[in-house]
Amino acid sequence: MLKETPSANLNIHIAGENALIIYFVEQASSEVSAKVQQAELLIRHAMKDDLSTDVIDLIPSYASLMVMFNLTTTDHHQVRNKLRTLLHNLEDKSPIASNTEQAVLVELPVYYSIESGPDLAVISKRTNLSVEQIIDIHQAQEYRVYAIGFAPGFAYLGDVDERIALPRLNTPRMKVPKGAVAIADKQTAVYPDVSPGGWNIIGLCPIDMFNATATPIMPVNVGDKVKFKVITKAEFLALGGELPENLGVNTCPSQ
Amino acid sequence: MPLSIGFLVKQPGMLSLIQDAGRFGAFNIGLTNGGPIDLGAFRWANRLCANELNATAIEISVGGLALTAQLDSTIAVTGANMPLSINGQVKELWRSYQVKAGDLIELGFATQGVRSYLAVAHGFMLPESFGSNATVCREGVGGLTGEKLKVGDILPCANQSRTQNLTLLDRLRPKFSDEAVLHTVPSYQQQHFSSHQQRLFFSSEYTVSKSFDRMGYRLEGQKISCDIDGILSEGICHGAVQIPADGQPIVLMNDRQTIGGYPKIGAVSSVDTDKLGQLSQGCKVRFEPISMEQAHNLFHLNLSRFNRTALTLCD
Repeated sequence: MLKETPSANLNIHIAGENALIIYFVEQASSEVSAKVQQAELLIRHAMKDDLSTDVIDLIPSYASLMVMFNLTTTDHHQVRNKLRTLLHNLEDKSPIASNTEQAVLVELPVYYSIESGPDLAVISKRTNLSVEQIIDIHQAQEYRVYAIGFAPGFAYLGDVDERIALPRLNTPRMKVPKGAVAIADKQTAVYPDVSPGGWNIIGLCPIDMFNATATPIMPVNVGDKVKFKVITKAEFLALGGELPENLGVNTCPSQ
Repeated sequence: MPLSIGFLVKQPGMLSLIQDAGRFGAFNIGLTNGGPIDLGAFRWANRLCANELNATAIEISVGGLALTAQLDSTIAVTGANMPLSINGQVKELWRSYQVKAGDLIELGFATQGVRSYLAVAHGFMLPESFGSNATVCREGVGGLTGEKLKVGDILPCANQSRTQNLTLLDRLRPKFSDEAVLHTVPSYQQQHFSSHQQRLFFSSEYTVSKSFDRMGYRLEGQKISCDIDGILSEGICHGAVQIPADGQPIVLMNDRQTIGGYPKIGAVSSVDTDKLGQLSQGCKVRFEPISMEQAHNLFHLNLSRFNRTALTLCD
């Protein structure tokens, strides 16, 4: 029998009558996110076997993993025990751990411009950076997919460089266009579809973030790395991108 | 669209949605569960049609649905008290009826409760999206086209009625009222609510606000404060009670966002979210704390009562 030595950082809490939530630590970091991803992979693997009738669904996020179970076949004690046994060596740099650290890198093309990024001008004013510098900072680094939620295919990417980590708009837009690349604090994302939203829009991405009829449905998964690549307007249009008629140009009172 | 017949939507009513027991296994791409708000009433509708318990049916909110049968089938309506008629003749809820091609089925507006369920023999036959027929309008997923029913929609089903009609005796039917006790497991960020705040929460009466829908029930009453403003966004379970900055609780239902960053004080048992989902603006609720063991017991007791309750043959 496997020894049960839960790590000090593995806290399993109650979420609801048929849900437990595993908390890793209290702040987000790529190390913590990697641990969430490892735990998710281990549980998904077990869902094909030992946990097949017990675990219904998982929600990985920044530093937690919610496990929803089937109350007609199991109970919270049993799920808790199975999770502890399954995840007991999560702290160790086990072979599974090192394999999952080689995250997939997904490149997403972005047409950054005043035309496609209506908040660039305001960000430039607030940060004293030129539009070119803002674009350069945003596309220079790799981001980690911390969580997927809010809407189908909405991937929370981080961490945005502090120099351009602007807070949400005071008044959210009623209509953020599909493909909008946007920033909110240390997070960035591509809006998978038209929706209301309060993030600062800096460009447009022509790639579908969620397509129910495509395989895969989404170009990214939690734990993947994302790198944005600058493209021209012509390339954006050639990749199937569409410029929305009214991007809701930011009318900052100070302008 | 495949050529098919079944039931034709003459009037969609306020909000009528194709639902099965819900969508599970798609949280990782951001899809929520959907499914019937009052799971109990949904399952009774299917049992009355001698179906599998998760067969695809229609959830009618508030009322106003009218359908024309294009084939022979058996139907049953359960849940909120909406006047039902077939070809203009008043019929009972909580029992099945055989219908023939050409019959007109009409539902009026609910006099008690909010949501009713109309099931047909063998269930509606629709292609699944992400493993389920559950409609979530916000996501554009499920049902015929990811939307609520509209005039002219055709809901395909089998051209076969059941040989016997069934009823759930009146004394065994769920009763709807204007108030509910919501048994709640303290969970999530419970420790960030002081014992005083928790006592206030569990001893105060709340009123259902005008914002109540399939995503969540926003309540009004005693303000509850938390010692943290927000948390790292995390998975939200069905029934979770979120306390935003204004201190007014929101009970998150089937179409909730899958992740969110507001503190949560606990989660309501599924037996009681069924009851909450039948309440509307102005109705009263209060929360009662229960342990996880008691929540499990409540669930199993309810399930075994459902399984033990027999239906009765009728004409």
